[in-house]
Amino acid sequence: MNSGDGYQLPLRLAALGFLTVVVQIAAVSQVTVFGVSADLSPLVVASVGLLAGSLPGAIFGFAMGMFVDVALVQTLGVSSLLFIAIGYGAGRLRELRDPAHGLTPLAVGAAATAFASVGFALMQFMLGVRAPVSWLLLRQVVVTILLGSLLALPVYALVRRIVRGSLPQDPRRRRRRAYTTGGLSPLQRPSAGR
Amino acid sequence: MYDKQVRRRRAVLALLVVVSLILLTAYFGESAGSPLHSVQRGVVAVLSPVQDGASRALKPVRDLFGWFGDTARAKTERDQLRKQRDALLQKVAGYQAAMLENAQLRGILNVDDDSGLRGYAQHTARVIGRSANNLLLDRLQLDAGSGDGVRVGDAVIGDGGLVGHISFVAADTSFVTLITDPSSAVSVRVLNAAGDFGLMKPSVGNPLDLLVQLLPRGAHIQQQDIVVTAGSRSSSLESLYPPNIPVARVTKADPEELDTDQQVHVSPLADLRHLEFAQILIAPNGSGQQRAQVGAAGGP
Repeated sequence: MNSGDGYQLPLRLAALGFLTVVVQIAAVSQVTVFGVSADLSPLVVASVGLLAGSLPGAIFGFAMGMFVDVALVQTLGVSSLLFIAIGYGAGRLRELRDPAHGLTPLAVGAAATAFASVGFALMQFMLGVRAPVSWLLLRQVVVTILLGSLLALPVYALVRRIVRGSLPQDPRRRRRRAYTTGGLSPLQRPSAGR
Repeated sequence: MYDKQVRRRRAVLALLVVVSLILLTAYFGESAGSPLHSVQRGVVAVLSPVQDGASRALKPVRDLFGWFGDTARAKTERDQLRKQRDALLQKVAGYQAAMLENAQLRGILNVDDDSGLRGYAQHTARVIGRSANNLLLDRLQLDAGSGDGVRVGDAVIGDGGLVGHISFVAADTSFVTLITDPSSAVSVRVLNAAGDFGLMKPSVGNPLDLLVQLLPRGAHIQQQDIVVTAGSRSSSLESLYPPNIPVARVTKADPEELDTDQQVHVSPLADLRHLEFAQILIAPNGSGQQRAQVGAAGGP
């Protein structure tokens, strides 16, 4: 890693966060499917957590949540709290399990969307918004999760493309390099006793 | 080394959570003119040109995705409009006679006709953003702000009906709290024979189903009756909305519900989910209207 690499990831993440919020507000939020619009923010935060780890994920989640709250004139700190948890959780999943399955981003995206939707509703209830739990709210949460699941893989691929090259280590690339440069898989490795 | 990394990670996580909680508590407790709100207003003012540009640039994308839903909705709307047209044609003849009579009576009584919207400047603004979760916070962002004379509390109309009121203003942009927002309440009048007054609020858990409450027991209200603003509001402050702006149409008027709960169900006249433009009714200076600093965020 050269000296310039230390700035690359934060710069790319800052640009990614800014563009995500602008596109979300200016376009995605204004297109509704069954009365619900998709929310890219938790998907992007989860993707960053999965790719970069828990600490960058949590910091990116905090910054992006703050930006969302400022840009949408919402109560500051609400989205930050939720996105910190999403970024950190996705990052810990990567660090502890190192999931290699191609559908992992889909499951993580669905979980992130569900957490953001339910969490936002709970926070609003606690802040005094009078909209008790109803079938409509549950339906909205379910449709939002479905939309989030549909968008999770493309969003993950896009985020991966943007931050690729500035990541300290990419689990997939690491694994692939081990096999393609002559390394043996654990199944092929000869035992120490022989 | 590993312990150090873990400690550092936990410390940063705890710091971020604590900062978020401090911001949340501070923001929730302070008034609309306080430092955090001012910072927010400044950032929004800086961002609004970017959002405006992005909104224009991404319009084709929105239109493409919106086309499918618009087509299905247009067919349903067409059928409904045909029925309404037939009903309205029957009423037009009666109304024309009433208008002639009304003009004659106004001439006799010398009624000042400068009420309603005539005293208001109308500023057309483009919708450049909206809140993602429209069930809990239903807001629009417009590309007009205090530089255009927009003030907190100004009424906003569009697509043939009331849209909401301005709840946050920056230099070049403003936010509209829609009539379907859970915090909204509009004093209205039903255009039935008696002209009954009521308070319109979003239904619990279903903001698109509005309720006109506090109606007199046994009021004679029918489906398709139009609801207009009454010109007063539920708070102690003076009205935010000029009188006689069309707001909604009665969708369900159950006599039993009217008798027990004193309410009917209405649906907004304006298509609040697909607005591209809206008109801000800017009250004339010195009109005597007291302006409320409506909470900018989800706070009280």
